[in-house]
Amino acid sequence: MISYFFYSIYIFASGTDSLPGMIAHSDESRHGQELFQEYHCIACHQFYGLGGHMGPELTNAMSYRGGNVGEIIARQFLANGGNGMPNLNLTETEISALIAYLKFVDKTGTYPPKNYKVKWGMIYQEDDPEWVSGEKL
Amino acid sequence: MIGLRFMRLGVITLAIGLFFGVIGGFQFLFPDFLRELLFTKTRAIHVSMVVSWIFLIAIGGIYYYLPSQLDKKLYSNKLAGWHYWLFLITGILVLVSYLSGKFGGREYFAFPPILSIPIFLSWIFFGYNFFRTMSQETESWPVYYWQWATGIIFFFLTYTEAHLYLIPYFRENMVREIIVQWKSYGALTGSWNMLVYGTGLFIATRISGNDNVAKTKMAFALYFLGLFNLIFGWAHHTYLVPSETWIRTFAYFVSMTELYIFGKIIWDWRGSLQQWQINKHDTAYRFLFAADIWVFLNLGLALIISVPYFNLYTHGTHTIVAHAMGSTIGINTMILLSSLFYLINEAKVSQLDTRETKKVINGFWITNVSLAVFLIALICAGLGKGIFYTDMPFQAMMFNIRPFLVTFTLAGIALMLGLWVVLWQAFNKLGILNGSIDVSKQDEVRVNKQPT
Repeated sequence: MISYFFYSIYIFASGTDSLPGMIAHSDESRHGQELFQEYHCIACHQFYGLGGHMGPELTNAMSYRGGNVGEIIARQFLANGGNGMPNLNLTETEISALIAYLKFVDKTGTYPPKNYKVKWGMIYQEDDPEWVSGEKL
Repeated sequence: MIGLRFMRLGVITLAIGLFFGVIGGFQFLFPDFLRELLFTKTRAIHVSMVVSWIFLIAIGGIYYYLPSQLDKKLYSNKLAGWHYWLFLITGILVLVSYLSGKFGGREYFAFPPILSIPIFLSWIFFGYNFFRTMSQETESWPVYYWQWATGIIFFFLTYTEAHLYLIPYFRENMVREIIVQWKSYGALTGSWNMLVYGTGLFIATRISGNDNVAKTKMAFALYFLGLFNLIFGWAHHTYLVPSETWIRTFAYFVSMTELYIFGKIIWDWRGSLQQWQINKHDTAYRFLFAADIWVFLNLGLALIISVPYFNLYTHGTHTIVAHAMGSTIGINTMILLSSLFYLINEAKVSQLDTRETKKVINGFWITNVSLAVFLIALICAGLGKGIFYTDMPFQAMMFNIRPFLVTFTLAGIALMLGLWVVLWQAFNKLGILNGSIDVSKQDEVRVNKQPT
């Protein structure tokens, strides 16, 4: 029980603050996060491969096509639905909030990993804190 | 008797959960199918109902076995009754929230977080009742008591942890939130596994009439390994989430050991059984044996997906779903069905006759064969997604794996029908058993002598 407590505290406090490129939540992205939960979007979509399988993975939905192509596509789907995505009748404000949230998520890391090394079966990727510090490579 | 009420409710929740699972399967193939009932709703209902099945049967079993098989007077039947009604009413509110589109939006705990309060309260009732009841025990505990106690305690801890996202410190950091979420979910699954595996070992001791199975070094090795796995094994869910590498490396080593030891205990126990013991508890033995086979098959899959390099291609795919389904249906559900049919056949009044036994056996085979097809289809779909999704659009990838998804849905229908046949028999027999029990004479239910 004691080991569980200290281990948990360590997990809560370490390894997640120093990720490169991470941006802070804005009021708009925070609102987008709330909407994402209210509509239970995770039932169909994933972040970092965790979530549903009915829709596409969204971690880097804003950036993986380059430019603002991701945002244009996402706005289209959020406004009208299509390809299995229901039309949720979102307002422009709500759509912008969800886009802001997806941009916030996009900056937290890369999934699936593009730039990684395999060592003893483990994956070391570009946004791994230990990759950045170079301690384990 | 309150344990039987929990179990009857559990049978109903699984039957309904399976139905919504099949609807979700159709929506996966045809997104416009029952459009008013969005997939976001059907998936949430399906998950909540089948998870409730696991908890209700495990909890009901503990409430039933403590007084009727283990000579413990339940500390408070009234408290157990409150536990039941609180669970039932909260469950109805959860369903209402889903159907009306009110979500908390967390995967697996999709209901509004306010409804977690009565769930937490109901566990306080359960935990208090269990530990006060167990305080009567003067001898050293067999391992299943330890597993039940640990499952209860860690449910409190991990369920609390699963709600840390409500605090801004966690919610404001996306990676921290995901890590803590999956840490809590992994450990929460470990806590219900403690309840279910404890029940499995308890049934094994009863069928063999030998309580020593639950007092061996191997049994306690399983317990400590399970506890170790519960605490540290969660990180295989987050290999590809940017966090500290040692946490993931550690999980790599611990995540594939628990199932092996559990499988070995059941395997050794099977070898020690006499034919008359197997015949006497034929139905319960059959389900426990099936759980054992699924342990080994699932272990193979777990070994592969727990190697981080392979995890790179299986993470976020249907292969992981196959692992989850293999565990919850193949292992947990088979153990819990074994528990149900053990107690049904224990009491003379509810024993299955030849015709009913044949129906259960038919359901057993339909369930297990369709489950095998169901899992193979999911693994193939997962491999397809892992291979194709890197360089083709999502819709094109989904088109390529569609034959596997069709097979998965058809196998899901057969799985539902097979389990419905089994559940119908169990539901009726539990009703007969419940009706026959005079609460003041619970001990008379027991037919077998206490194991030596």
